[in-house]
Amino acid sequence: MPAEPPIELPGHLFAAYEVLATAAAAGTPVTPIAGGTDLMVAITGELREPPARLLDLSRLDALRGIALEQGALVIGARTTYTELRRSALVREHLPVLVEAAATIGAAQIQNRGTIGGNVANASPAGDTLPILLAADAIVLVGGQRGEREIAAADFFTGYRQTALAPDELILQVRVPLPKGRQVRFRKVGTRRAQAISKVVLALAWRDVGDAGWADVRLALGSVAPTPVRAPATEAVLEGAHPTPEVADRAAEALANELAPIDDVRSTADYRRTVSARVLHRLLREAGGW
Amino acid sequence: MSFRFLVNGAPAEVDVPGMRRLLDVLREDLGLTGTKEGCGEGECGACSVILDGQVVDACLVPVCQVDGHIVRTVEGLSLAARERGALDALQEAFLARGAAQCGICTPGMLMAARAYLDAGGPADDGSIREAIAGNLCRCTGYTKIVEAIGSVVHVD
Repeated sequence: MPAEPPIELPGHLFAAYEVLATAAAAGTPVTPIAGGTDLMVAITGELREPPARLLDLSRLDALRGIALEQGALVIGARTTYTELRRSALVREHLPVLVEAAATIGAAQIQNRGTIGGNVANASPAGDTLPILLAADAIVLVGGQRGEREIAAADFFTGYRQTALAPDELILQVRVPLPKGRQVRFRKVGTRRAQAISKVVLALAWRDVGDAGWADVRLALGSVAPTPVRAPATEAVLEGAHPTPEVADRAAEALANELAPIDDVRSTADYRRTVSARVLHRLLREAGGW
Repeated sequence: MSFRFLVNGAPAEVDVPGMRRLLDVLREDLGLTGTKEGCGEGECGACSVILDGQVVDACLVPVCQVDGHIVRTVEGLSLAARERGALDALQEAFLARGAAQCGICTPGMLMAARAYLDAGGPADDGSIREAIAGNLCRCTGYTKIVEAIGSVVHVD
């Protein structure tokens, strides 16, 4: 049987903050658990050391809900992929997230896995993470010391490492919704359902007419120790139009910029080639040629 | 720690660690061995049960998160039909159409399909295949399973 580490069951947010603060002060870490789709695998001990102690978030209603606030889409950390897929607000304002949620696991995973968990787990293959990077999302975290906002671009600091302090909890993901922004998403896995990504890519831009594309953001997963932006490729696309010539140059820039690795799911060569090709195809679709 | 919840309509109470998997609570503590363990890591769906109307992998749910909630397992599938000596329409369809071979995926497959039908899922093959995408079967090639589920969508 898997390990059954002790778990705290706070009934409200401040009780959870208390547990985190006490644990952080004592230097005995406690791991928050939401949908459990990653951590319940971790307790088998087959992949890595199981967490020593857990903190259940399932009673914290403060972490639920999806709303529009001051021009941003605000998504509670405990929002599941199924809830994202069914949300009229997300479908209207950030449909790419509905599309991505539908590719994550199957019904069993989508009913349990949460966006906050995807962020906290900080897997380089986390499928929502490139979208959050490309869309300039902000992660709202909180604890007894107060709340703070961390840009998604600054959140992932190393392989499965984040900017979250041990006494903090992820509360919300906030996605700004600038007028006219487009976001596209592609995931490449072994099969269509239930696959961990070999490459996952999100591209955002605003079309400003004759001046071409502005605020171009290109983010990828499964090609580095963290989800990453591709600034050299973004620079090729910034101020440009998605023509065949620009697409060729952008794809080449991306292939040069990425330094993926060989691992159990894919090879470095495959990831580099496919990332460039997927970007090329997105640009072709955007250019309508 | 003590946790109380409904299993197949009947109250259950267990005094176990909060991180015990719902799968182990069902099989070991409550003796409901209809729910199978396949991979134990949320890939195969053999341990699928219905939690508050949604299909979940029982290997990925700690029992502390089930406290006060409603669980339905394969044992409860035919509860309503049993009074008239019958099986659930899905079970009948699986039997009639040869949708089970070795049987290890069948309880999970039935529960995923039941959640899909209860949510009003449509009868087209693509939607049915998506609904059972989290349930692996190594014997049937899925065709008979999809046919069986589709046949019930029409009558349900």
